[in-house]
Amino acid sequence: MTAGLRLRVDPIACDGRGLCAELLPGLIALDDWGFPILCQQDVPDALRGEASAAVRACPRLALHLEPRS
Amino acid sequence: MNRPATSPPATGSLSRLLPGDRVARPGTLAGHLARHGIRPDCAGGGRRREELLAEVERAGLAGRGGAAFPAAAKLRALAAAWPRPVVIANGVEGEPASDKDKMLLAVAPHLVLDGAVGAAELTGAGQVVIVAHHAVAPIVSRAAAERRRAGQDPVPVRVMTAAGSFIAGEASAVVNWVERGLATPTGRPPRLGGPGRRPALVQNVETLAHLALILRHGATWFTSAGTPDEPGSMLVTLLGAVRRPGVYEIGIGTPVSGLIELAGGATAPLSALLIGGYFGTWTEPGTVLPLPFSATGLAPADAGPGAGVVAALPRTACGLAETARITRYLADSSAGQCGPCLFGLHAIAGQLDRLAAGTRCDLATVQRWLGDVTGRGACRHPDGTALMVGSALRVFRAEARLHSRGWCSGTGAAGILPVPGQARP
Amino acid sequence: MTVASAAAVTGSQGLWFVSRGSGLVLLVLLSAIVVLGAATRAGWAPRRWPRFAVAELHRTLSLFAVALLALHVLTALLDRYVTIGWAATVIPFASPYRRLAVGLGTLAADIGAAVLLTSVLRSRLGYRWWRAVHWLAYLAWPAAFVHALTAGNDLRGGWAAVIGWGSAVVVTVAALPRPGTVRYRTAAPPPAGAQRRVPARQATRR
Repeated sequence: MTAGLRLRVDPIACDGRGLCAELLPGLIALDDWGFPILCQQDVPDALRGEASAAVRACPRLALHLEPRS
Repeated sequence: MNRPATSPPATGSLSRLLPGDRVARPGTLAGHLARHGIRPDCAGGGRRREELLAEVERAGLAGRGGAAFPAAAKLRALAAAWPRPVVIANGVEGEPASDKDKMLLAVAPHLVLDGAVGAAELTGAGQVVIVAHHAVAPIVSRAAAERRRAGQDPVPVRVMTAAGSFIAGEASAVVNWVERGLATPTGRPPRLGGPGRRPALVQNVETLAHLALILRHGATWFTSAGTPDEPGSMLVTLLGAVRRPGVYEIGIGTPVSGLIELAGGATAPLSALLIGGYFGTWTEPGTVLPLPFSATGLAPADAGPGAGVVAALPRTACGLAETARITRYLADSSAGQCGPCLFGLHAIAGQLDRLAAGTRCDLATVQRWLGDVTGRGACRHPDGTALMVGSALRVFRAEARLHSRGWCSGTGAAGILPVPGQARP
Repeated sequence: MTVASAAAVTGSQGLWFVSRGSGLVLLVLLSAIVVLGAATRAGWAPRRWPRFAVAELHRTLSLFAVALLALHVLTALLDRYVTIGWAATVIPFASPYRRLAVGLGTLAADIGAAVLLTSVLRSRLGYRWWRAVHWLAYLAWPAAFVHALTAGNDLRGGWAAVIGWGSAVVVTVAALPRPGTVRYRTAAPPPAGAQRRVPARQATRR
């Protein structure tokens, strides 16, 4: 079984574009100003593909997928 | 050489860092050597270094910049770092209510530099940079020049003037300032290195001053003041409705009421005390005055020593107006790099302005925003602000109810707490 | 259709026509790509479109443009009506035929290749390098447009001119910097009283 993954937002790079919340509505919500709130950091295995897509889609490369330490 | 006092005098104030006669005069190298003696050599082999690090660990020195991180752990982590680290002494003191670092650098710059050079020897650093608040930078420069002429230090000591903003005192912002001239946080821990990729040991100047004394007198001496869990002395800034506002040196664990007494007592009945600084906690006098001024001691009041600031608010002042002014200042001080901080604090400050003015505001939304901004920036700026605002809304709940009906119990003008750039109304 | 004319179409002339035709489509496609890129950067999306759709369409059309570019260049090389030379496909201003015009096309294609390569390797290169090269795309479009104007005679008049110049107008409007978005983030604060978006319930998966 592969190690779990979790999401991390780089707050300085993030510009509140919102593509991540569109692609991962279960894990990422937007605050009143359009910036992402990680509802949970750990990514369920079933959503790995979507999470990778969200990481690739971020125009500022602000979303990261990392192994759970 | 004068051996500093080992037991606190009856009044509760100590004179380890500050001169005992409380006369503020710039410290000369000769005066420093007469009082404290020559700085012990901390270089020379792994064994000697390890002994000294163990001594610092036994002393239990914690950072005096607000985060209270164990100094020995930081020194150990950087002693093992490659490439050779840089020691950065943080004397920026961006917090307007705090004066302790400026005072320390003005009267005892050589003690701070001793500690910085000692830390450099313990970590194998090749350079010391001291970033000083602009008010005292010339004094520190002169002190460094004196030491250079006397051939005092084995590593070069560079003096830089700090940027003038609140956020400039944040650890990664200091590193960024030294390396690139930008006083903004980077979100990267200093020990991992700034943009120049050299790991940095960032220590508050007060911490380094204590380190200098521990390296001379040992852990047993250091722990003879303070509490077993939080040993040593610390500098506190007292301001507001006290007779003699200023910087005092106390043993950790002195009750808050003792601090007020040191400053000559309150000038008026108090409605609240802000403990820790602008990232600290508003508390009720009845709750907090008997508590010891230490992390464990203040915990029952949900407060902590923080940057060592105690501000006394008289009943004639309006706590909500003061909070609104501070929050507006903190919101404007955001580095503007992270959306939740930039937008969130601005929105919170807007609602607090309305609350202070007695117009309709949405406190439920403010509470939600306080949760939203916490933990979502690259540094603790939004977190600290949210903590302070949350405590204000708790402590001044009755005042808020008054304001919602258009009344205010404050009779004096706002401006007890200093906010640079804002004219007092 | 006589045998002779059929031969004419499928012969060298045919390749030339395909090159020109694909070139015109490529110009329109490139214009759409630039407009979508500017929209992605501004965070703009048509109503009811999620923003990632704009970004993904930008990417997808770019990949399609690569294929079409290959066709355009290959047919131009293979036909015997004009001599361009293999070197001119990558080195700008190396073609004996209409050196400047073709050279601009090669320049546009080279920039496109750099943009494509850096985008594929974006996560390894880091944001700054990727963005620096990507901005060159604003240079590639005018180069491609002038190439379209001067390498052939198609944009001199008729509906081809309308398409060509129309694309130029659209791209210019899209590329203009918008006032008010410079200092703050591209996400504008919502109006007061806006509701927080709550996460949708996660669908149970089998």
